[in-house]
Amino acid sequence: MIEQLPVLVIVIPLMAAPLFVLIGNRKLVLLLTQLVCWTVFGITVSLLSRMQYGPISYELGGWPSPYGIVYSVDYLSAFVMLFVSGLAAIVITYAPKSIDQEVHHSKHSLFYASYLLCMTGLLGMCITGDLFNVFVFLEISSLSSYALISLGKTRRAPLAALHYLIIGTVGATFFLIGIGLLYQMTGTLNMADIASRLQAVESSRTMLVAFAFMTVGLFIKMAVFPLHTWLPNAYTYAPSVVTCFIAATATKVSVYAFIRLIYVIFTPQFAFERLPLDQALMAFSLVGIFVASTAAIYQTNIKRLLAYSSVAQIGYMLLGISMSNVGGLTAGISHMFNHALIKGGLFMVVGCFALRIGSLKLEDLRGAGKTMPLTSFAWVVGGLGLIGVPMTAGFVSKWLLLTSALSLELWPVAVLMLLSSLLAVVYIWRVVEILYFSPASHLAQTAKEAPMAMLIPTYIVIGSTIVFGCWTVYSAGIAQAAAKSLLGISQAGGIQ
Amino acid sequence: MTEILGLYNYWIVIFLMMTGFYIVIARENLIKTIIGLNIFQTSVFLLYITMGKVTHGTAPILKASHGGESHGVEHGVEHGAEHGHELHAAAEGHVDLGVDAVKEVYSNPIPSVLMLTAIVVGIATTALALALVVRIREEYGTIEEDEILEMDRNS
Amino acid sequence: MTPENLIWVAMLLPLVAIALVFIVGEKSPNIRESCTIGISVALFWVTTRLAGFVFSGGRPTFKLGEMLPGFEIAFTVEPLGMLFALVASGLWILTTIYAIGYMRGHHEKNQTRFYACFASAIFAALAAAFAANLFTLFVAYELMTISTYPLVTHHGDEKAKKGGRIYLGILLSTSVAFFMLAIAWTWTVAGTLEFTPGGILAQPNIDGKISDFQLSVLLGLFAFGIGKAAIMPFHRWLPAAMVAPTPVSALLHAVAVVKVGVFSILKVSIYIFGIDLISETRLGEGANPVMMSDWLCYLAGATILIASLVAMTKDNLKARLAYSTVSQLAYITLGAALATSDSVIGGGMHIAMHAVGKITLFFCAGAIYVGAHKTNISDMRGLGRAMPLTMGAFLLATLSIIGLPPGGGAWSKWFLALGTVQTGHFWLLAALMVSSLLNIAYLIPIPIRAFMTPIGETPMKFKEAPMMCVVPLCITAVGSVVLFFFGNEIYDVLLPIASSAR
Repeated sequence: MIEQLPVLVIVIPLMAAPLFVLIGNRKLVLLLTQLVCWTVFGITVSLLSRMQYGPISYELGGWPSPYGIVYSVDYLSAFVMLFVSGLAAIVITYAPKSIDQEVHHSKHSLFYASYLLCMTGLLGMCITGDLFNVFVFLEISSLSSYALISLGKTRRAPLAALHYLIIGTVGATFFLIGIGLLYQMTGTLNMADIASRLQAVESSRTMLVAFAFMTVGLFIKMAVFPLHTWLPNAYTYAPSVVTCFIAATATKVSVYAFIRLIYVIFTPQFAFERLPLDQALMAFSLVGIFVASTAAIYQTNIKRLLAYSSVAQIGYMLLGISMSNVGGLTAGISHMFNHALIKGGLFMVVGCFALRIGSLKLEDLRGAGKTMPLTSFAWVVGGLGLIGVPMTAGFVSKWLLLTSALSLELWPVAVLMLLSSLLAVVYIWRVVEILYFSPASHLAQTAKEAPMAMLIPTYIVIGSTIVFGCWTVYSAGIAQAAAKSLLGISQAGGIQ
Repeated sequence: MTEILGLYNYWIVIFLMMTGFYIVIARENLIKTIIGLNIFQTSVFLLYITMGKVTHGTAPILKASHGGESHGVEHGVEHGAEHGHELHAAAEGHVDLGVDAVKEVYSNPIPSVLMLTAIVVGIATTALALALVVRIREEYGTIEEDEILEMDRNS
Repeated sequence: MTPENLIWVAMLLPLVAIALVFIVGEKSPNIRESCTIGISVALFWVTTRLAGFVFSGGRPTFKLGEMLPGFEIAFTVEPLGMLFALVASGLWILTTIYAIGYMRGHHEKNQTRFYACFASAIFAALAAAFAANLFTLFVAYELMTISTYPLVTHHGDEKAKKGGRIYLGILLSTSVAFFMLAIAWTWTVAGTLEFTPGGILAQPNIDGKISDFQLSVLLGLFAFGIGKAAIMPFHRWLPAAMVAPTPVSALLHAVAVVKVGVFSILKVSIYIFGIDLISETRLGEGANPVMMSDWLCYLAGATILIASLVAMTKDNLKARLAYSTVSQLAYITLGAALATSDSVIGGGMHIAMHAVGKITLFFCAGAIYVGAHKTNISDMRGLGRAMPLTMGAFLLATLSIIGLPPGGGAWSKWFLALGTVQTGHFWLLAALMVSSLLNIAYLIPIPIRAFMTPIGETPMKFKEAPMMCVVPLCITAVGSVVLFFFGNEIYDVLLPIASSAR
């Protein structure tokens, strides 16, 4: 049983999804979905706790590697799976009231099935060691997220989903082309196997083309500026619960795939020395951070504001990855985790507002600090995390990034990064002032505090941003272990 | 000249890819955009399938003489991997290697298998996209993107 | 209890206060406030116990653990921090008593939040005072900024929003853009952030990891990054924060917030740079190389004078006191920048002297507002007869701020003046003298006008504020005089910080 854990992560939700469509009873399906999500979370916890004994490799169907598909779990993939499944579980626990209001009852069981499929896809991208399998899981998660987004209440939701679908499919197809070219050159799809065979053909132009196609494909899925155009609409018009889940996890998993691409399949030498990708990444990240943060300042819809902020935050992760030293990579990986918590928490707060106020325009949120004090306070705490105030998770990644930039003497990067985080102060505090210092709008005046069933999960996530801001053994510590193993630096006995 | 003509499959792939991509970018009609997306995907199918073909190769069906079942499959995959290399060599205009050295030459089945999956994904994508277009049409009464955006701007 | 345990007990007490305040809440204000007072008294007792150990040469250390891989939250108590902690915890008791009188006298809303944020500000002040490394200090510094924001914007109106925006904007952006960068830079070149007697940057300087000029730039990043020290041009937040209720202005802008700023600057110059490194590093070629901190000395001198001049133009009492604070804080920064043993001791002393003096003045301003509803100085004619205790206390505290005996401020200014002479900065000596004159010009007229008014013009309808307001301000006023007679003791206590360990 224990050695089957890696495959159960995928099989359980994948089998459950069609079953739930057949069951069709929405109350039962909800309960079962929550059960499945928490089970998967439990499995990922136990997988991560096993990492101290070394990485796990699981051969699917008993086909030996590199011919069959291998599921491989190491620090990085276990860590990413942990927070993806954890957030999936907590969001679905939070979800019922919000879904009740925002999604038509007849579609509930379909909704939960898509939700599980989306989670399966994301987890699959993390766990699989087979490149084509990554594409398949990428498409599973993407297709289900298109479907989820289109369930939004407004009529713009299907259009936003369709735009995402078109851009996302182009991105995935680019990725597929890259895989094809890689396969052509190496004759294998197993990531480790490709890596070992790459040296012979590294200098050919086909490799450059393959790398370029895969990078651009993943950039689209990550919503790296300037390929981010699908993201604001998709996040804004999706149902609140979907936004919580997708914003917290989907882009991070693509970042994870990108890390794998650079550090496992290709080498940092190939990406950063043969190609000047590190400088390009830094430039893209910094420009993206500034442009998206500035755009966030001018938004009038709170969801769209957070969406632009997400585009900016991806930039910080890429900055860390582009530094290709332990410090930078640790910063990038721990920011994936920290930002997942922070953004997930903030979108959950937004979900509470959506439930009680019914509008997400900033002008309608005026004065909600008085009628919804707990929800508003959660926004303040989460916002402080996004800004990166000490004792919040956001500070941890910002500090790691800063020290690593300075140790590489990247002064402009360090200075620009700090300045850009001041933009976050502006867009977060703008909302804080609206919540607390403005005369109440008529919608906020009559609003009630969000129900406990939603507030408690929200506070668990928001509270964890404080916990992981003060105590980083299991966030930055694991990220560091993952970074070291990616860079091939031997580990002195587990974490810390 | 033979270098250019010898790579005709890639020219077709590139032509289809660019055609599809252009339609996706340039068309305002949502259905046409989806068709463009399909053409774009199809070009990738072709890329994979043509790369699996080995000159003078036949369908990869193993004879019993190759030994045990599971061993046979492994063997087949190994062949596939090797032929991947050979194909590359061929693509660069070199003489076919080792075709005569092996008694029976198989085409690489893996790319075709991969494409079966990709086709399924493509169909799912198209189906979902069409479903979305139906909903958009219900809401807006049109499938011309510029008209929809105009309506959104006014509302 | 061992001194090590006293450290965490001291820091735990304000947190307990926060919890109690929230548990009791609005239901029974009396219990809530007595909790706060009880805990503040306990805290003062703990800090005096701890002071006994520290002033007799002990350096107790308490390690909480690593917050980030390689960055520790740890506390070590040394005399300067101990003095600051004593001042903060002692004045917390008085301010709480005063706040009860003021807040009830004014029927302010959200008093639970008020007391909770108050306690968390004290917690942050203690954490900063005891910090064993720059990282811990930075965390405490930012915590202070965030926890005082609700206090500054307590009224929740448009004016509070604008004031809060400036407050948070300047403090947060300077700390993120400069302070954080400076800390990370220090860590990159020195490999440690530990506060070490004699500094940690001398060795990297010798090794060539950081040049003399870069040291000067780093000092600048620290000086401007610590926005709470209110060096011009980053002083605007202080007057803006005066929208807060007066007890907040009193404790936070005479004691906690601003003193954390100048305290950090002193700590950085003594334990990160080392005063020897600052005073011995010369920039420029030729016959007259300048000290690397010269520019900061002159900037501090300019801040002293300009802020005093601005204070003269203000008719609103709190605004005038705010600019007076800006000017007085620059004295301490000056002490750090001069980097002689007398000047840093003078700076350290001034933290205590100015705190007691300025809090009295703010208390008086609040008492006048509660008792007579007056905020403008021009309206305070003849108030002395109606409110003799308040105005008497005001006069005593004024002496201390100006630096006249028997005010405690006389000593700290004396040592600062010694520092300017020792380093040959005679222009700055002149600036100190002129500034004292300016202090006289903008502070003395207030009690004079209040007392020396013909009987006929005295508005007899006013009376003293409630006892809860008047008693604390009398205690602090007397305290500012008492400190004058303990000048020598404070000097002895602070002497260890100036003797470098090299």
